Amino acid sequence: MTRHIVVGLGLLLAASVTSAGSAWAGGGEVWVSNEKDDTVSVIDVDTLEVTRTIEVGERPRGITFSNDHSILYLCASDSDAVQVIDPDSGKILHNLPSGEDPEQFILHPDNRHLYIANEDDAITTVVDVETRKVISQIDVGVEPEGMAVSPDGKIVITTSETTNMAHWIDTVSQKIFANTLVDQRPRHAEFTGDGKELWVSTEIGGTISVFDVASRAEKAKIRFEITGIHPDRIQPVGFKMTDDERYVFVALGPANQVAVVDRETYQPIDYIQVGRRAWHMAFTGDQKLLFVTNGVSGDVTVIDVESQKPVKTIKVGRFPWGATWRPGK
Amino acid sequence: MNAYLTSLIGITRRESLRFLSQKGRFFSALVRPLLWLVIFAAGFRAALGLSIEPPYQTYITYEIYIVPGLCGMIQLFNGMQSSFSLVYDREMGSMRLLLTSPLPRWWLLFSKLLAGTVISIIQVYVFLAIAALFDIRFSLAGYVAAFPALLLSGLMLGAFGLLISSRIKQLENFAGVMNFVIFPMFFLSTALYPLWKMAEASPLLRDLCAYSPLTHAVELIRFALYTQFNPDAFVWLVALTALFMAGAVAGYDPERSAILRRAG
Repeated sequence: MTRHIVVGLGLLLAASVTSAGSAWAGGGEVWVSNEKDDTVSVIDVDTLEVTRTIEVGERPRGITFSNDHSILYLCASDSDAVQVIDPDSGKILHNLPSGEDPEQFILHPDNRHLYIANEDDAITTVVDVETRKVISQIDVGVEPEGMAVSPDGKIVITTSETTNMAHWIDTVSQKIFANTLVDQRPRHAEFTGDGKELWVSTEIGGTISVFDVASRAEKAKIRFEITGIHPDRIQPVGFKMTDDERYVFVALGPANQVAVVDRETYQPIDYIQVGRRAWHMAFTGDQKLLFVTNGVSGDVTVIDVESQKPVKTIKVGRFPWGATWRPGK
Repeated sequence: MNAYLTSLIGITRRESLRFLSQKGRFFSALVRPLLWLVIFAAGFRAALGLSIEPPYQTYITYEIYIVPGLCGMIQLFNGMQSSFSLVYDREMGSMRLLLTSPLPRWWLLFSKLLAGTVISIIQVYVFLAIAALFDIRFSLAGYVAAFPALLLSGLMLGAFGLLISSRIKQLENFAGVMNFVIFPMFFLSTALYPLWKMAEASPLLRDLCAYSPLTHAVELIRFALYTQFNPDAFVWLVALTALFMAGAVAGYDPERSAILRRAG
């Protein structure tokens, strides 16, 4: 009897031992914009520690690397500029004209054109990063924020917070060719890797709308529900999709959770505890780790993508907003 | 075979047989913490996600927080139940048989204590295995590292039970012990809430929690499950075990008992 108990116990434990904490070999750095500190924190992926803090313009929010990761672009919203930073030295090389109050942007696959949402002016500004000139300004809805570009580079999306729309912009004519309604306060948009779907998160609506790109018809709406958390606090903001087309990780703002959505069923399958006001996120290049910014708690939670468990939370500056990854040397 | 070892094996065997024959005791020992985990913790799932304290490296949900506390709870109740059986043995007369052994009283008590601790550890690992099915898992090293921590915490809580049982004359008094010792000890510890949360309610409650014996047991187990060592909790546990054991040996001293009987 005792032997049976011991053997059974051993089998049960062996079957349940977690693989979390396994080594990841991604390396590189994650750069995080700290909205209220006017700084960028650089996190070493191997040590999961902040190695550098770089002073930048006022209210840094949108943050992304050039396609070869040699240049960092940063929306310094209250400086009304997109700053171009050398990531090796941390020096600001120059500012790009961006229009007023740039909040988010997206770099076109041609690595040359930045599409910038100007929150206060209801405009999407297109900037040529080589000539450093504004080549177009497109009127969009009130308080534009979310920006996405299709993988083929033909369509750019701007979502407007107050108009509650996704605006479809033709990158050749630089004109809006369609508008689609979404729920209240859209925050972030992403195309799927195959370009067939567009996903838009809505903060107040508490949903993600999935559109078929060809017909621009809504094909799914994702809702979230967490035991013990009031629905009003579940506010989807930033999200990222895995390249294997299995999962989408969604930051749920003041719910302090990240949802894991099944790409196939469009259903949330798990929730991961993170810090206060989960906002945006970035994968490492190998997609083994996901870094989620927690605005109110001033830290970044690192999630092991395979086990879908948080492994560490790292203190950064005040109100971390966006995050982006670059490979190590 | 060495007489000491024979008596240890004999007592352990008797405790094991008693435990295995009392299926109800085994299941109630498991159901109690599982109720806390599955029902109580579910309601508070999001309650504790907002502070990071060692050994945790990130925000955790409440059910993850209370698992080490529930391990302590299993050991606390088992320690009490084990000493409760001593009171029962004394009333039923089977203790007299045990005490006819020529071996020193402290060794018999220690054997009893160790046997009870081993049983509590088996219960804890079964509980951890069931918790793993609810997706609350630790690394393999964590499960291994928890063993010595559970051994020490089990000894301390068992010795505490022995000390209490040595002062109890009748089974009926045990209900009072549950109300006035076990439950306050359980609720005034870090088993269910971290100290920082207690401090928000009252600094006095926080201090009471900080010095509770169960707190040290729970914290040693908690750190061990994350393969970390908590030296403060360790020192406290060693000291408390020695203190409670000394008290229990004195309490079960035959000369003292005889004097008490004569006085009574």
